[in-house]
Amino acid sequence: MTDVLSQYSVLSLYSSMAIYAIAFILFTLDLARGAGDDAVVKASKLPRIAMALTTLAFLLQLAATLLRGFAASRVPWANMYEFAMTGTLIIVGVFLAVNIKWDLRFIGTFVTGFALLFLGLASTRYYVEVVPLPPALQSYWLVIHVFVASLGTGFFALGFALSLAQLLQHRRELTNAAAHVVAPVSATVSAPVAAPVSASASDSSATATPSATAPAKSARRSRLEFLKRLPDSIQLENYAYRLIIIGFIFWTFTLIAGAVWAEKAWGRYWGWDTKEVWTFIIWTIYAGYIHARSTRGWRGTRSAWLAMIGFAAVMFNFTIVNIFFKGLHAYSGL
Amino acid sequence: MRTALLLLLLLAIAAVPGSIVPQRSSDPNGVTQYFVNNPKSAPILDGFQMFDVYTSAWFSSIYLLLFISLIGCVIPRTKHHIEALRADPPKTPVNLSRLPAHLTRDVTSVSAEAVIEAAHKITRGLRYRVRRYDRGSTLTISAERGYARETGNLIFHFALVGVLLTVGFGGGFGFAGQRVVVEGQGFTNSLLAYDSFNPGRFFNPSTLPPYSISLDSFKVVYEQANPNAIGQPLDYNASVTTQLRGGTPVQQNIKVNEPLRIADTDVYLLGNGYAPTITVRNPAGEVIFTDSTPFLPQDRNLTSVGVIKLPDGLSQQLGMIGFFYPTVSTGHSGALFSMYPDLIDPEVTFNVYAGDLGLNAGVARSVYALDTKNLTQLTGGKTGVKSIELKPGESADLPNGLGTVTFDGVKRFASLDIHRDPTQGWVLVFALAALAGLLISLFIPRRRLWVAVTTLPGGAVHIETAGLARGDDPTLDSAVTALDNAVATNLGLTS
Repeated sequence: MTDVLSQYSVLSLYSSMAIYAIAFILFTLDLARGAGDDAVVKASKLPRIAMALTTLAFLLQLAATLLRGFAASRVPWANMYEFAMTGTLIIVGVFLAVNIKWDLRFIGTFVTGFALLFLGLASTRYYVEVVPLPPALQSYWLVIHVFVASLGTGFFALGFALSLAQLLQHRRELTNAAAHVVAPVSATVSAPVAAPVSASASDSSATATPSATAPAKSARRSRLEFLKRLPDSIQLENYAYRLIIIGFIFWTFTLIAGAVWAEKAWGRYWGWDTKEVWTFIIWTIYAGYIHARSTRGWRGTRSAWLAMIGFAAVMFNFTIVNIFFKGLHAYSGL
Repeated sequence: MRTALLLLLLLAIAAVPGSIVPQRSSDPNGVTQYFVNNPKSAPILDGFQMFDVYTSAWFSSIYLLLFISLIGCVIPRTKHHIEALRADPPKTPVNLSRLPAHLTRDVTSVSAEAVIEAAHKITRGLRYRVRRYDRGSTLTISAERGYARETGNLIFHFALVGVLLTVGFGGGFGFAGQRVVVEGQGFTNSLLAYDSFNPGRFFNPSTLPPYSISLDSFKVVYEQANPNAIGQPLDYNASVTTQLRGGTPVQQNIKVNEPLRIADTDVYLLGNGYAPTITVRNPAGEVIFTDSTPFLPQDRNLTSVGVIKLPDGLSQQLGMIGFFYPTVSTGHSGALFSMYPDLIDPEVTFNVYAGDLGLNAGVARSVYALDTKNLTQLTGGKTGVKSIELKPGESADLPNGLGTVTFDGVKRFASLDIHRDPTQGWVLVFALAALAGLLISLFIPRRRLWVAVTTLPGGAVHIETAGLARGDDPTLDSAVTALDNAVATNLGLTS
């Protein structure tokens, strides 16, 4: 029974990966066409198809994860392979859920690509057969602590993608602002009124109207024009901040729940085990990120870098620390 | 804020080395090993307290500076916040259209007074603090909400100070001790009973609660069905009898995730293994040693190593390094190994050493290690004499006619950690308070709303609604729109 269920789980996971791959391509195509003509882009059904496929892949992955859980008769997050499966499932889940409120389909490329990469690595390099839980993991805290940590990771992942988009968008805005300043000097033609940089609508009207200055201008135009339909960098930063503070709450809870569990299982609530150290480091980086928002000179680019470093630390904790560092949290099952 | 931010980032960086270099607090054996492997660099790293990062002077100074800056920031803010809690909302700005959220609406058939009354009632109903400020013919209200945002923020920061203080000082009142107990044996809770004992700075040994714990049995369940996990332990259960002084004995269980709470101490099950029962007789057949000695597990199939020291009773001092295999098997090279962790075919082997055990020098010696410097090996290894190999119930002669050794049977042992930390409950309280404060401070919006109503010369009434966020408030625009709509609806005007 266990074998049959886990085989179906693998099958379902491979199907979901195939669909993520298609969704990834469609999201990327859509993003790449962003630099093109507005009318064509607007009429495009690409993002809607890509979203539908992502939802389908999510459901298949959900089935795969549930089957794995049933096969093992426990929560499906007790080793590296299962962490990767449940973790990416939650990241995609958070992405789909947030899209109900805000249109963040433009980070679909990142989300599906990320899920695909991790599922691919996990199922080829880190696959392990279903084994029962060792006594140290037999606790309801496994359900709470790990699940909430994954949830936090989901929000941090989206925060990372939005912060990256924010950085690129900001660079584009700067390049375009410079081009607008330079243009009237280099050519004596009355160009369309220099649009304010932050407003994306007027931005696109400026670039969509070719004028005599076009050669001079396009030479200076950013290579990042595909971002022009995305929200401006300030809006992207706001989105990132809203998601990251939710992630930060979950992370704080993970820390506390982990300490409570550690007290029960290991006899101390905090012992600077490698995993504890990295959880603390991540918490501190994101605490810094939240402070940066109300620190003069730290909003914008610096904040975005902090959000990205924070998520890099999360990934480091999840991969390198799990596989190569020794410590009490050695449950990768490898 | 900039100071706090930089110190936070510095703290994050400073915490990294402790995850790369082994730490004395969490991995003392790793530190010893590191010194062996890197004899040159280890002392240099030690000079920088790299093996005690989290108690080092440099790490401590970063977080102490952080907390000093935190306190220096939070105290004036508290004072300011208490004043703000008592104060009225600020006067309505003259030019509302300059605010980030602003709406206007002209209505007829209602009076300015009715409009401002409605706005007053609605904002109050939404739990704003409202004050009426009229400016000539312009009637205005000023409303503010979300004071809890700052309250939560202050709670969060004070709670962190609470966590630091309770962790820093509270830990000093407790203790942690380790004790190995073999099945059928027990101990009373006193300093002498512990194999190792780490008291906190302010710990008073006379406060050790008097009780005794004896290990009746130690049961392990192994996976037997799943081919991918044969021999994986599924459950450890230590059945113990506990007795408070003057109380009746109580039968209880200790499991890995289920510590025993007794008399304000917590007893954890942190390790286990086998303790073969060995008897040694002299050539006359008199028993000079009989005991179940805990052997330390070396691998997942519980190949275990233990030491038996026989300083008295034989013509020479003997030391025996024993290897125990719960399910013995022979490898290609002829070396023995254990192929399963449970007792299916147990065997014990001994390498015997004779000479000076070094026990008379008055130096403390580990019971788990044999210093072979002043000893001559008699069996096993390169001696050419086969190691003594025994199955349960078997006896063998010691070399040189020194006597006999008998393997009577096997018991299990449990390694118990006994802790007391009187302040850990407070740490949890402060941590949860920090979490609650964080939730409030990040998700309760603080904002000011204003409504200004002017009667125009023609008799129409001009309504301005405006808002200003204090801190992050993604819902400011919708709050202003909602207030504008609510006023219109309240007056029976359709928008």
